[in-house]
Amino acid sequence: MNASPVLVIGLGNRFRRDDFAGIEAVRRLNENDAPGLKRLELSGEGTSLMDAWEGHDRVILIDAVNSSAPAGTFRRLNVGKDPVPANYFSCSTHNFGVAEAIELSRSLDRLPDQIEVYGIEGKDFNPGEGLSPEVEEAVKRVVEEIQERIRSL
Amino acid sequence: MTKKTRTIKVDYLARVEGEGALYIKIKDDVVQDVKLKIFEPPRFFEAFLQGRDFREAPDITARICGICPVAYQMSAIHAMENALGIQLEGPLREIRRLMYCGEWIESHVLHIYMLHAPDFLGYEDAVRMAKDHKEIVERGLQLKKIGNEIVSLVGGREIHPINARVGGFYKVFAKTEFDGLKERLKWARDAALETVRWTAQLPFPEFEQDYEFVALRHPEEYPFNEGRLVSNRGLDIAVADYENHFVEEHVEHSNALHSVLKERDSYFVGPMARYNLNFERLSPLAQEAALESGLGRECNNPFKSIVVRSVEVLYACDEALRILESYEKPDRPHIDLEPRESVGYSCTEAPRGILYHRYSIDAQGRILNARIVPPTSQNQKTIENDLWKFVPKFLDLPEEKLTWQCEQAIRNYDPCISCATHFLKLDLERV
Repeated sequence: MNASPVLVIGLGNRFRRDDFAGIEAVRRLNENDAPGLKRLELSGEGTSLMDAWEGHDRVILIDAVNSSAPAGTFRRLNVGKDPVPANYFSCSTHNFGVAEAIELSRSLDRLPDQIEVYGIEGKDFNPGEGLSPEVEEAVKRVVEEIQERIRSL
Repeated sequence: MTKKTRTIKVDYLARVEGEGALYIKIKDDVVQDVKLKIFEPPRFFEAFLQGRDFREAPDITARICGICPVAYQMSAIHAMENALGIQLEGPLREIRRLMYCGEWIESHVLHIYMLHAPDFLGYEDAVRMAKDHKEIVERGLQLKKIGNEIVSLVGGREIHPINARVGGFYKVFAKTEFDGLKERLKWARDAALETVRWTAQLPFPEFEQDYEFVALRHPEEYPFNEGRLVSNRGLDIAVADYENHFVEEHVEHSNALHSVLKERDSYFVGPMARYNLNFERLSPLAQEAALESGLGRECNNPFKSIVVRSVEVLYACDEALRILESYEKPDRPHIDLEPRESVGYSCTEAPRGILYHRYSIDAQGRILNARIVPPTSQNQKTIENDLWKFVPKFLDLPEEKLTWQCEQAIRNYDPCISCATHFLKLDLERV
């Protein structure tokens, strides 16, 4: 199957501890994981996200979330199909963030054909560096799952 | 009539950059208390910078804010160059102005179209607004994209630009590399002109206030990176004197500090301050569009800041085109610098207003201490003052509408709470 390349976007801020999970995950992926894999690191500002995925059919976003689930749990959301759960990305540093970018793209018919979001539940979003152990573990598992999924696509 | 105390509560403040908290208490239809609570990561960054090499400051501080990384880089770079006694001229200086044009376009257009306009048009957010005003939202997105393009081209990376450095840039560009951008900027300038006309006809509440505006003023240019700090009440100082005139007061309800002028009190920074203090330095096209729109040479209604931002977007497009027309590739990308024991000061005009940096470095170039004052913490007291005056006019409104009005009044300042905090939780209460 000759699929179009996958774009994986990691979101977050290095100086907000667990908020860095998405970027840490995207840094651990590489070109060997899938032919034509593209990686990008962004802060999570919504309109920049929309620019980033323009022209891509297959997109995976990885972001830290704060939805009161246990730290280190993660969810894969098929946002191409289902709306983003309300307040799921409430820890985003920006109010026109991931959820808004997805829903605005949907209403403007600009959403990539296949788009998924991995939300990694963070614990500590205070200023500082370094992931919590639970989140570190979750990043590892998310990376493995994404590697497996993009290889089998 | 029964006496009543009410406290209006909202859990979070929507459509500001980040989240924070506002608490308002109303008793017997009189406002009793207004507290805008924000926290302050720059404090963390100030500590984090200690012991780092002076060349690292621009890249580290750029991570304070996802919306205005260029501003943090520019203030850090200029402060270090001030410490080392150099000033860039010619095309290197022009490229820095170009970067700032890109950041103003990005940041202002995001706020105008996605965050502020829905208030005036009665939509909960941009997603709902887009259903009825698809073309307008598309125009906003395209216009913002030009800002992104400038920042990612010149800055090296879209969100946290890495090309700018103390002494110049890592890489500079041949004139022809800007050809495509120039064409798109011509479209952007037209779209910006449309934006001024569109925002000028939005419905504005009557809310003229008497403010002390503070901004940079340069002899010839509309200010980005350089100038003296001036106000409409006689302030006229060098940037290095900032801490002799401005002081941060600790406020119990907020981790942030309220910044005030020692001689007087609260003050107002950002697009309205720049506009009121520098109107005649705008390009002819921007001046003309502002006057044609009915804005006038002075604006004292913060709700009209959406029009002022639009005028600044038009100026930024116009100025970027002017820079690209006369651009010649610099002979060298940067000047090499030797550290020395010194102190450097800088203020640059972030999209939301003056951003002050001060660094002390030792003879090896290690940072001994750093001081960063972001624009939002400078406007914080003015925002609270607005709410004290604004809320009594709307006490008859139902809970939900009054809350919305208050949020809109805060959004007038485009508060970058992400510079000042991570979560802004709005508790607007009537008991």
